[in-house]
Amino acid sequence: MTPIIEVNNLQRRFGDNKAVDGMTFAVEPSEVFGLLGPNGAGKTTTVRLLNGILPPSGGTAHVFGFDPVTQGQLIRRKTGVLTETPSLYERLTASENLEFFGTLHEIPPSHLKDRVAEMLDFFELTSRARDKVETYSKGMKQRLALARALLHKPPLLFLDEPTSGLDPEAAQQVNDLIASLSHTNGQTVVLASHNLLEAQRLCDRVAIINHGRILALGSLDELSKKLWPVTWADVMFHVKPAEKTMETLKSHPGVIQILDGAKNDAVSIQVDSEAVIPEVIRYLVQEGESILRVNPRDYTLEDIYFALQAGEA
Amino acid sequence: MNWRSIWAIARKDLKEVAQNKVAWGPAIAIPLIFAIIMPLLFTLVPRFIPVEDVQRELGDIESLLKNLPETVRILFSGLNLEQMFVLYMTSFMLAPLFLIMPLMFSSVVGADSFVGERERKTMEALLYAPTTDMELFLGKVLAAVIPAISLSWLTYIVYIIVVNVASYSLFGRIWFPLPMWWPMMFWLTPAFALLGVSATVIISSRVKTFMEAYQLTGSLVVLVLALVIGQVTGILFLGAGTVMLIGTLIWMIDAFLIYVSIRSFKRNLLISKL
Repeated sequence: MTPIIEVNNLQRRFGDNKAVDGMTFAVEPSEVFGLLGPNGAGKTTTVRLLNGILPPSGGTAHVFGFDPVTQGQLIRRKTGVLTETPSLYERLTASENLEFFGTLHEIPPSHLKDRVAEMLDFFELTSRARDKVETYSKGMKQRLALARALLHKPPLLFLDEPTSGLDPEAAQQVNDLIASLSHTNGQTVVLASHNLLEAQRLCDRVAIINHGRILALGSLDELSKKLWPVTWADVMFHVKPAEKTMETLKSHPGVIQILDGAKNDAVSIQVDSEAVIPEVIRYLVQEGESILRVNPRDYTLEDIYFALQAGEA
Repeated sequence: MNWRSIWAIARKDLKEVAQNKVAWGPAIAIPLIFAIIMPLLFTLVPRFIPVEDVQRELGDIESLLKNLPETVRILFSGLNLEQMFVLYMTSFMLAPLFLIMPLMFSSVVGADSFVGERERKTMEALLYAPTTDMELFLGKVLAAVIPAISLSWLTYIVYIIVVNVASYSLFGRIWFPLPMWWPMMFWLTPAFALLGVSATVIISSRVKTFMEAYQLTGSLVVLVLALVIGQVTGILFLGAGTVMLIGTLIWMIDAFLIYVSIRSFKRNLLISKL
């Protein structure tokens, strides 16, 4: 399948500052791709480069096969962008905001009002559609900005901190929407965020970036395997296991080390692959140990992110 | 060129500026002063104050007339002192002041459109729209120029009516406007409107707020004041030919400023200023 976005050694400098420093990645159709990094990592600049708003200082990029430098307008016809700040016309009403951007995105006049009404309804803004945006709460503004990004049904969405300023309920609604955009509608989403929990839930793959460089790229599973090729299993016993059993276990093939857990009846066993864990359990059961719980340790995106950022530092 | 987008940008900017009280205060006050208060004042003054007294204050009208070209002096022949006073004041003295309107209206709307958009942090979403830089530029220029010209013309129409009505009993006929007003309305006024907005675009790239741009473009009024002084002192008389000549010069300056403006109105330059 041809990637929607192909980026090769992309660079952008502002004076001496390298905002984007040799990024290379591709985004597949219908994928939710995360650009994760702290403020100033280069996320927003990358979105600007890919939409032809900024020219690169070096490298190449293609979006839908178009070059952002010379074909930015063609790209922007097919993208919807939620900017970091809502960027709404506060002196205008919600309807006027959407009708204006719908016109710029060439929605036919005969469909425009219906489409605007549909988006306002979806984002539960219909009752306030004729109010000026300056009277809206932060959450309402964010919902309206999202409505604007989705108005022309773009096949590619760039969402910069989409749940920023939303209460947990509204954030959940937006996250569900992002998931459905990709899985139901087949839209491709590039999510620029530093909300790692959100990214873990939504993204098929992520690029963890800092100082304009990609520190790691891949799915959560790929990244955790790359960072931590060995894994841990936390085992909790009903009764503290016999010392002899645990000593013997240390020499079991695939077992690297055993550490006492926080409680007396718990241990953490480091193994060289997940496949060793069932063998360890089998051995312990055979030895008559009563196991209450076994948790193969999962790494979160947060673990990966901080490990990488710490390595970078 | 997508004209639907261009008009949408112009309409949006006008809707926005319509909510800016700083912009609309002078837009209401100045036409009111120029089109109603001043002509009423100058046409009604001779009725309440003896012309001799006015003459004493303003200087001898006849000596002022000596500065005028022969073609214009003919207009005054056969008129009495009161008629000469009204004709001189309403047709010549006030004429250059009318050029403040297109200049001011277009620079106010231009400042709100070009700088205000950046100040209110709405520019970024607009830059992500699939319009070309030229379409964005044209939409914003039209938003400034069209109402500036329309409001100026509306003010001229009101002025023409007020002058004729107020001075009808004095002249016994509809006598205004004089020929030099036509090139001023249709040649010089649009040129000044474009001058206001093109100067604003250039200034907007160097300032951060609407008020800064508004104040800086206000300095263009010096141009109009120079014309007023030229007119009063007789150095530069705004006859039809002079108006056409000045208009041509302003259009040439406009062309240069628009060229420079277009070069500076690029997405990559605009985004770097956000």
